[in-house]
Amino acid sequence: MGLKIVVLAKQVPDTRNVGKDAMKADGTVNRAALPAIFNPEDLNALEQALRLKDTYPGTEVSILTMGPGRAADVIREGLYRGADNGFLLTDRAFAGSDTLATSYALSCAIRKMDKYDLIIAGRQAIDGDTAQVGPQVAEKLGLPQVTYAEEVLSADKKKIVIKRRLERGVETVEMPLPGVITVNASAPDCRPRNAKLLMKFKHAKTITERQSESEDYIDLTADRPYLNIEEWSVNDIETDVNWLGLSGSPTKVKKIENVVFQAKEAKRLTPADEEIDELMKELIANHTIG
Amino acid sequence: MNNVFVICEIEEGKVADVSLELMTKGRSLANQLNCKLEALVLGHNLKGIEKELYPYGADVVHIGDDERLEPYTTLPFTSIIVNLFEKEKPQVALLGASTFGRDLGPRVSSALVSGLTADCTSLEIGPHEDKKAGKTYENLLYQIRPAFGGNIVATIINPDCRPQMATVREGVMKKEIYDATYKGKVNNLEVDKILKPEDLVVKVIERHMEKSKVNIKNSSIIVAGGYGVGSKENFAQLEELAEVLGGEVGASRAAVDAGYASHERQIGQTGVTVRPKLYIACGISGQIQHTAGMEESSMIIAINNDPNAPINKLADYAITGDVGEVVPKLIKFYKQNTK
Ligand SMILES: Cc1cc2nc3c(=O)[nH]c(=O)nc-3n(C[C@H](O)[C@H](O)[C@H](O)COP(=O)(O)OP(=O)(O)OC[C@H]3O[C@@H](n4cnc5c(N)ncnc54)[C@H](O)[C@@H]3O)c2cc1C
Ligand SMILES: Cc1cc2nc3c(=O)[nH]c(=O)nc-3n(C[C@H](O)[C@H](O)[C@H](O)COP(=O)(O)OP(=O)(O)OC[C@H]3O[C@@H](n4cnc5c(N)ncnc54)[C@H](O)[C@@H]3O)c2cc1C
Repeated sequence: MGLKIVVLAKQVPDTRNVGKDAMKADGTVNRAALPAIFNPEDLNALEQALRLKDTYPGTEVSILTMGPGRAADVIREGLYRGADNGFLLTDRAFAGSDTLATSYALSCAIRKMDKYDLIIAGRQAIDGDTAQVGPQVAEKLGLPQVTYAEEVLSADKKKIVIKRRLERGVETVEMPLPGVITVNASAPDCRPRNAKLLMKFKHAKTITERQSESEDYIDLTADRPYLNIEEWSVNDIETDVNWLGLSGSPTKVKKIENVVFQAKEAKRLTPADEEIDELMKELIANHTIG
Repeated sequence: MNNVFVICEIEEGKVADVSLELMTKGRSLANQLNCKLEALVLGHNLKGIEKELYPYGADVVHIGDDERLEPYTTLPFTSIIVNLFEKEKPQVALLGASTFGRDLGPRVSSALVSGLTADCTSLEIGPHEDKKAGKTYENLLYQIRPAFGGNIVATIINPDCRPQMATVREGVMKKEIYDATYKGKVNNLEVDKILKPEDLVVKVIERHMEKSKVNIKNSSIIVAGGYGVGSKENFAQLEELAEVLGGEVGASRAAVDAGYASHERQIGQTGVTVRPKLYIACGISGQIQHTAGMEESSMIIAINNDPNAPINKLADYAITGDVGEVVPKLIKFYKQNTK
């Protein structure tokens, strides 16, 4: 029993380790200094897909990402770890999408793909931080959803049983397929790159990437079709343009402020008895404690 | 019509704190917008639930009581809410940024094509001018939220679509009784007429909810420990300090991951947001994901052996030293001075 699985993966700036060079002198975010990475929870999602592939031979795992041309890196990264193929959705028409317009575009791309049984997304992307795209893709496709998934307990062609991690406990749910699940960071980490797959897919490229190669570049995709990363623009999928990009986005960003660490001066103390004694007296006097 | 709605969450038969916090916020928004505040509660055995909501200023409490609505699953809740909202056309709809709200909110907003802003830290009413389209708007909901891992704060608006939907995390808004004698009315929803078989395809086979014992969110003093505390044994000192000060123990994720403290004590982006009167950060470096959950504390004391730890930038007092040395001294001198 092979399943057809689509993993939604987003390329994101690494906002987790915002080091010194990632902040400009004026305290604003220096995006250029943040490396573009595979969204962490999408790696957890990929691992769930790969585990299903391990368990059910014949399973096919496709990666779908929407983003600029360089987001093809995410697809290659997925291929190195065991995904079978990838689709890059890229077009200026998608620029400025909020989660709803993003979900609409992704759902149109999924509709165009072969029949699928399961769509697996990460819970949340670390840049937009909304955790909305998974459930909205499910709604757009009219499919049931299970969010906060931690483990797929069992699956067959018709249904899947999933353990969910909630704030105050765990839940086991059964969902008919096709359906959408979003995977939590508490799920197992993704396996590392596989050396053989790295060799095999090192030259996997989108058509745009191939076209921008130098003249003596040899295009291998004719006899190795797996090296082609499918690239779709808005014209390759069926959409209503009013639902895309800025015009398809009900939410608008009115204003953005960079968080600047205010240079509030801390009072510096040492562990000396008299200093701690003095601190406690102060806190008691101003009713902070006591 | 066109009122402010709060989609309430039920926890162990009671309206969850986060929903009551949003009722308080919703009431003040409704007063500003000169409209009504309406609450929506779905579940089973909800008799009398409206009484929990009236004191927070609920003018109408919509109740959908049906055994198929307990435990929560996404699809039936979505159908009922979409059905009600299509009739009532709320201008604002709020829900908690809990696993419940973050599962349900996007589904509902997608079905209504209304837009949703996640994890707001502040909600305000204000005007907007769209210069390109030559349009002006009055009384929009400014949905203010951190993004980009907490490095930026964005103000989001939904100029044209309704409802303006937003989720807010527990502990961000203040819960306050509006008027203990306030009385609204109940609207019982005809759940049976709305639910379709395809709404019921996802089945909860088992759930064990661990009761929320720890309540760091409501504690006015928090002694939080990080990876620098070094061991579970050393963490016991923090517990002692918290106890003598009448506070609770919190933790960074690194401390939770290391097994020094349980997950429900985690403070930060993926834990709880707190704003106590006093926050004592022990052996915590002060990464943005942690500070996002505590930076609004009224007073911050940092204890760290690294004088350049980022946490010191937020601190009112930065004690440079070893946690194991400083914490017992805090206990000792507190006791001496309060005798
Ligand atoms: C400062 C700021 C604030 C914003 N606030 C909001 C807001 O409150 N509401 C709103 O609707 N939009 C908001 N947006 C827009 C939103 O960030 C984008 O629409 C983004 O493309 C998707 O949202 P996300 O990053 O939050 O993804 P999430 O919803 O957190 O992503 C969940 C999962 O969906 C999948 N996924 C998401 N995007 C893609 C993609 N491009 N390709 C493939 N898979 C994907 C991944 O599996 C991911 O793990 C904001 C943008 C900015 C810059
Ligand atoms: C998506 C995401 C979400 C996250 N969410 C959260 C969250 O909700 N909450 C959270 O806390 N983190 C969160 N993190 C993790 C966060 O980035 C940091 O890794 C974490 O906060 C670090 O914890 P820490 O300060 O305890 O440990 P460290 O960064 O290791 O710091 C330890 C500190 O202790 C000091 N120290 C060491 N020994 C001593 C001693 N003997 N006496 C005094 N000081 C000492 C050191 O100088 C250092 O400053 C998240 C990360 C990601 C990627």
